[in-house]
Amino acid sequence: MHEMSLTEGVIRILEDQAAAHGFAKVKTVWLEIGELSNVDPESMLFCFDAVAKGSPVAAEAKLEVVRVAGQGFCLSCGQSVAVSNRFDPCPECGGFGLRITAGEEMRIKELEVE
Amino acid sequence: MCTVCGCGESKLEHSHDHDHGHDHHHDHDHGHDHHHDHDHDHGHSHDLHYGTGIAGVHVPGLSQSRIIQIEQDILGKNDSLAARNRAFLADRGIFALNLVSSPGSGKTTLLCKTIEMLAGRFPVAVIEGDQQTSNDADRIRATGAPAVQVNTGKGCHLDADMVAKACERLAPSDGSVLFIENVGNLVCPAAFDLGEAYKVAILSITEGEDKPLKYPDMFAAAGMMILTKMDLAPHLDFDVEACIANARKVNPDIVVLQLSSRDGQGMEDWLAWIAEGRKRAVTARINTLEAKLKAARESL
Repeated sequence: MHEMSLTEGVIRILEDQAAAHGFAKVKTVWLEIGELSNVDPESMLFCFDAVAKGSPVAAEAKLEVVRVAGQGFCLSCGQSVAVSNRFDPCPECGGFGLRITAGEEMRIKELEVE
Repeated sequence: MCTVCGCGESKLEHSHDHDHGHDHHHDHDHGHDHHHDHDHDHGHSHDLHYGTGIAGVHVPGLSQSRIIQIEQDILGKNDSLAARNRAFLADRGIFALNLVSSPGSGKTTLLCKTIEMLAGRFPVAVIEGDQQTSNDADRIRATGAPAVQVNTGKGCHLDADMVAKACERLAPSDGSVLFIENVGNLVCPAAFDLGEAYKVAILSITEGEDKPLKYPDMFAAAGMMILTKMDLAPHLDFDVEACIANARKVNPDIVVLQLSSRDGQGMEDWLAWIAEGRKRAVTARINTLEAKLKAARESL
């Protein structure tokens, strides 16, 4: 359940942003979660509801998860390819050893605030 | 569990007398001291403009909201604390390893054996992470090495802040090797950088050879995989080659060692690897200090 501490990190960022940008409430949080990241979006949504209640800034916020597809660079054939699992071989040449270039994101992209 | 953040009864424990509660740091004042002392500049593009709402139009009676792009990593806070730990360790020429595995892979046994065999070569210090009890730190202290137990309570991993606080208490000697034994869990600790030089994933051969595929995040994050309990190999069907192939699928660069804490096979390779890592850490420190010394001399 590290989603709980990750969610706490999200709330902390929202509170810091509230102080920095001068808003009182967050209405929506767009969270980019890569398909190869260590996070289960369902669990994140569950934790967010629980944790946000304790924060005046985030209490009414809705969490929108934006999935980012996995992408990798194949060292064998030099192509950028789609990756759905970290241990998949290159779909072009069948080689292992893809360098992940996208899909590991765990990032707050945007906030809708008032 | 802390109702503010769900952080659990995370605490550091140093003594044997189970003085629970004395060091449960609730660092949550961040949520209650909002500074509203900045200027509300309403001419600013971030501020209220009718028609800039989410729908792009002004609807009377409905509140207008605005979008702020922040592009912040959720783990940014942990990562910056980890960077601070890394600088702390580099300043002192300390080689730090973050040991991760499932519960029961033999992390603590390996650690005890390692400390025993390193005795007299260079200083060693240990941070022990577990949900509860100081059993592991007690086992380490019995070997003569200083150890701090971090009990994460409900938490499933160590984070950079816990390690920073543990380092403060432990005060590891310059040029030492710091072992951070993470909570036995192959999932969550993968995401949390502690400031270590390497994550070392420990897999005992009583587990399945497909574990690197089942828990790819951890094996992708680790610099080394150690197969432990190799003395049991004749009694098991564990396919070492298949396991290594699986690990390399997830992480082509992973270094693999095979050893047994019990009969000592492979231990020399492990110790040599540690000694090499420590040498690099100390050499880097010497270079930094010499550069500083040179700058100071030149400023004479």
